[in-house]
Amino acid sequence: MSRISVDQVKHVAHLARLAVTEEEAEKFTKHLDAIIGYAELLNELDTENVEATTHVLDIKNVLREDKARRWLTQEEALKNAPEQRDGQFRVPSIIE
Amino acid sequence: MSLFDNKISDLHEMLHKKEITVSELVDHSYKRIGEVEDKVQAFITLNEEAAREQAAKLDKEIGSKDQFGLLFGMPIGVKDNIVTKGLRTTCASKILANFDPVYDATVTEKLHNAEAIIIGKCNMDEFAMGSSNENSGFYPTKNPWNLEHVPGGSSGGSAAAVAAGEVPFALGSDTGGSIRQPAAFCGVVGLKPTYGLVSRFGLVAYASSLDQIGPITRSVEDNAYILQTIAGHDKMDSTSAAVEIPDYLSALTGDVKGLKIAVPKEYIGEGVREDVKAAVMNALKVLESQGAVWEEVSLPHSKYAVATYYLLASSEASSNLSRFDGVRYGVRSDNAKNVIDLFKMSRSEGFGEEVKRRIMLGTFALSAGYYDAYYKKAQKVRTLIKNDFDKVFEKYDVILGPTNPTPAFKIGEKTNDPLTMYVEDILTIPVNLAGVPGISVPCGFSSEGLPIGLQIIGKHFDESTVYRVAHAYEQATDFTRQRPNL
Repeated sequence: MSRISVDQVKHVAHLARLAVTEEEAEKFTKHLDAIIGYAELLNELDTENVEATTHVLDIKNVLREDKARRWLTQEEALKNAPEQRDGQFRVPSIIE
Repeated sequence: MSLFDNKISDLHEMLHKKEITVSELVDHSYKRIGEVEDKVQAFITLNEEAAREQAAKLDKEIGSKDQFGLLFGMPIGVKDNIVTKGLRTTCASKILANFDPVYDATVTEKLHNAEAIIIGKCNMDEFAMGSSNENSGFYPTKNPWNLEHVPGGSSGGSAAAVAAGEVPFALGSDTGGSIRQPAAFCGVVGLKPTYGLVSRFGLVAYASSLDQIGPITRSVEDNAYILQTIAGHDKMDSTSAAVEIPDYLSALTGDVKGLKIAVPKEYIGEGVREDVKAAVMNALKVLESQGAVWEEVSLPHSKYAVATYYLLASSEASSNLSRFDGVRYGVRSDNAKNVIDLFKMSRSEGFGEEVKRRIMLGTFALSAGYYDAYYKKAQKVRTLIKNDFDKVFEKYDVILGPTNPTPAFKIGEKTNDPLTMYVEDILTIPVNLAGVPGISVPCGFSSEGLPIGLQIIGKHFDESTVYRVAHAYEQATDFTRQRPNL
C-alpha cells in the first residue's frame, strides 16, 4: 500500500507551483513514497516531551533600528526582470 | 612543483620579495584552467578580464606598499551560489542561467576588501542539492584523481578546482556535507564552520537553518587564513553570531598532548568500507603517538540523521525556492497564458529533477495534516541528535571519524535511486543538524587510489581546536601534499 497517491502528488505539485506530466507524477509518487517510508524510521523514537529545534544558536528577536538606507535603485531591482514596463515587473493577466 | 603548491604565507612572501607578481599568479590560474578544464569542468563562469585587470592594478600598487594583507592578490574560486556583483551567478540552475547579481554577498565583499582575486564561479549540484555534482544543470564536474568518478558535492567544483590546481583556494557551502564530502573525495582540506560564524548574506538559500559557507584549500594553514578573512558577525544576517573571532593561526601549534578524542562507534561500524576504516584507525595512531588519547563513544541517534535532514532541509528549500517564479529574475517560460501558469511553467522548465523532488517532499512535509507527523517530528529528533553531541563534548575535545563511508563513487553509480545517494551523507549530516564545526583532512588512499577524508568535529565556535588537531595530523603525514596526475 502506497503512503502517498498520484492524486496527492498532483495536489502537492500545485501547491509548490510546479507543472507535472502524468509520467512525472508517477515517478515522484514512487520516489516520495520511498523517502517518506524511510523517514518513518523516526517514529521509533518517543519525542513526546522533546522540544523542537528550529535553530541551533541561542539567539532570538534580532532587531535593528528602523532606519532608511540606500539599497537597490529601481533600475538595479529591475535589472534581472524577464519583462518590465514603466518601472514595474510585468506579468500576464491575473484576472480573466 | 606547481606555483599553487605553495601556501598562502609562501606566496605572500614571494610577492613581498617581488619574486612573483599578482599577474603571474592570475596567469598561472588561467593557464592551468586552459590545460585541464575540459576534463574537470570545475567552473561555470570565468572572470578572466576583470581578474587580469585587478591583478595589473594590484601590481602597480604593490610598489608603493610596504605592507599588504595575506590574501592580497591571491586567486580564489567561489561556489556559484554565492552572489558576486556583476559576475553571473547561476546556482548551476537553468532558472538562473542569466542572473547578474546587483549586490555582493558579505563573504564576496570581504574577499574584495582583502584584495583577493575571484578567478571564476565554481560548478555545483543545482541549488546545492546533491552529493556528486551530477545534478548540475549545465555539466557534471569530474574527480581530478579519476575522471570516471564523481568529485562529490554539492561544492564539487570548488573542491575539484583546488585539487586540480586551477585555483589554490575556493569557497564552498555546506548544508549536509557539501564542503567536507567533496573535500574528502578530492583529497583537499574543507571546513564547515559553526552555524552562525560566517555570514549567509548573499548565499542563495537552500536550507537556512543548516547552510554555512566555508573554505576549501590545500593545507590546514591556508584554510585558517581564509576563515579568518570571512568569519564574523554581520548585521545583514540575523542568524549571524556576535562572537569574538579568535586568531586561528595561533592554534596551529602542533601540540595535541592530552587532547581527548571521541570516536563514535556509529562512524566506524556497518556500512563504512574497510579501507576507509583502516585509514581512520591509522590517523588515530598518529594522533596517539603525538600524545592525544582516544576512546570509543556513542552518538546513538546517528541513524536517524539522514531522514531528519531530508525532511527539514527539503521543507526549508520548498519555502526558500518559492522566490523563483519567472517574474523578478531568472528564466521565464514563454508558454504561459495566466500568472499561475507563468509560475508553474517557469519553475518546471527551469528546475532540474532533484530540485523538484526536494521542493515536492518539503511541500508535502509542511502541508496541512502532515506537518506534525513529518516536519515537527524531524525538528524534535534534531534536538536528540544535537543532545548526543552536547553530551560527548562534556568529556571530549573533538569527535573524529571518516568524512564518508566510501571513497568517491563512479559517475552514474547512484543516480537511479535518490535514497542511495542520500545515505552517502550519513556521517556529515549530523554535524549540520547540531550546528557544530567539522573539517575534512586527507588521511590516505583507497585500494583504487582515491583519496580518503578524516573528519574532525569540534564544539560550537571551537574551530581553533579543530584546526589544531587537523594541523598536527597534517604535519605528521604527507597526504595533503599528494597531487593527482591530470
